[in-house]
Amino acid sequence: MPEQASLASRSATLMLPLENSKFEIRGLGVEYDGESALRDVTINLPKQQITALIGPSGCGKSTFLRCLNRMNDLIPSARMLGDIFMDGNSILSSNVDPVELRKRVGMVFQRPNPFPMTIFDNIAYGPRRHGVRSHSMLEQIVEETLKKSALWDEVKDKMRQPALDLSGGQQQRLCIARALAVQPDVLLMDEPSSALDPISTFKIEELMLELKEYYTIIIVTHNMYQASRVADYTGFFLLGELVEFGPTVEIFERPIDSRTDDYVRGRFG
Amino acid sequence: MQSPRHTFDTQLHALEQRLLRMGSFVEEMLEDSVKALVDKDVSLAEEVIRRDDVADELDLDIETSCMHMLALQQPLSKDLRVIGTALKITTDLERIGDYSVDIAKTALELVSEPVIKPLVRIPQMAQATARMVRGALEAFVSRDPDKIEEVVRLDDEVDELNRQVWNMMIQEMQENPSTVSRAAHLILVARYLERIADHAVNVAERVQYMETGVLRQLASSHQML
Ligand SMILES: Nc1ncnc2c1ncn2[C@@H]1O[C@H](COP(=O)(O)OP(=O)(O)OP(=O)(O)O)[C@@H](O)[C@H]1O
Ligand SMILES: [Mg+2]
Repeated sequence: MPEQASLASRSATLMLPLENSKFEIRGLGVEYDGESALRDVTINLPKQQITALIGPSGCGKSTFLRCLNRMNDLIPSARMLGDIFMDGNSILSSNVDPVELRKRVGMVFQRPNPFPMTIFDNIAYGPRRHGVRSHSMLEQIVEETLKKSALWDEVKDKMRQPALDLSGGQQQRLCIARALAVQPDVLLMDEPSSALDPISTFKIEELMLELKEYYTIIIVTHNMYQASRVADYTGFFLLGELVEFGPTVEIFERPIDSRTDDYVRGRFG
Repeated sequence: MQSPRHTFDTQLHALEQRLLRMGSFVEEMLEDSVKALVDKDVSLAEEVIRRDDVADELDLDIETSCMHMLALQQPLSKDLRVIGTALKITTDLERIGDYSVDIAKTALELVSEPVIKPLVRIPQMAQATARMVRGALEAFVSRDPDKIEEVVRLDDEVDELNRQVWNMMIQEMQENPSTVSRAAHLILVARYLERIADHAVNVAERVQYMETGVLRQLASSHQML
């Protein structure tokens, strides 16, 4: 559990000790066509914990998330500044293969986006691409992954059916399973439940809490109650800046920066 | 159209007003109970006892609106602290009402007892205690840290007066055994006042938490003597 600190003794952006960190982010900035979208972000993200990123639309949350697996490389106008270290090694240096990186840092998006193929093939897709050929091996991976994603009982009898026949909530958990099938260390989730009903949302949150035992999870959410329910640490972004980062309870019970206070109390706009 | 934030601010304001109303209500109960004791005023004592139902109702009202706001607005940060504070404060205020009723009941018991010496320390204690209750509520409204400090300072004064009442009553009982019943009752009254003062300190502590997010005991241990 994150420790409690008093208002006076906590700095607005907490620096976690390196030994508990998965990512060290140093002076990170992103520009699109020379326009700054993210500025000078310096934090450590905790290992095998859930970190939530909150903030108003356009403040740079998705941009930040996309830096962590170099998805911004796919946007021609994007330019990154600063550096990011994962387990102590820079992930921005030119000798890092972004495809390999994305295998270790999986991503789940707002809209469930299963491939138009069977449930089985959706999960087997990643491992196949990374060279797993044996069918029994694939079967084993698919079963294990679906069990880990708490979806196995619901789909074990319809592995050959199209994934798109599943409900929205099931599709999203399938997407999480698909991301887990290539055995990543990190799971990035960009508003993973904003298109889902409360029960499916609850299942996703439950799943996150189970998964954090094995994975580092970073989630962008517009739902502050979701952040407060699942996240160990929360970061608040505003206009491309990281305004505050700390234990979730601190951010929601006694934020230091008045901009954080305004935002969590709904005093913006 | 009114924004949800505006509606919530209106509710928060109404909650503060209710707490203040309840606060001045129990403060008056406290003052009247001691007045009934000093003046041997039976009807005033009975009046204080009757007011307890009103205090309980105010408490229930405040608790209910806090629960509604928690459920419907899911407040965070300062808003959450204000409501959490209101929930605690209302209980302290309700207890202050209860102790005032205890004092009024004691006043009724003492009506038939002869007065040996005029009461001095107890009215002093009551005055300081009432000031503490008022000060804690003013701190709640003004968020003024000086007010919080004043409450804490007065608490020491009340504790000291309580000690003096105790010693004097013990001495009186030893010197004149016929005063035992009256003296024992007065020791109880002093004890009730001292407890009321502690509740006022609780309120001040909560106000400090509401403002700073830090929950800290303000008075050292609440001693009986
Ligand atoms: N591909 C892109 N090309 C150009 N500008 C972009 C691109 N993606 C994002 N931006 C800009 O960068 C800024 C941050 O956008 P970003 O999508 O990271 O915000 P966000 O916090 O995720 O917002 P939301 O909550 O709406 O998803 C915005 O001003 C946005 O217009
Ligand atoms: Mg986004």
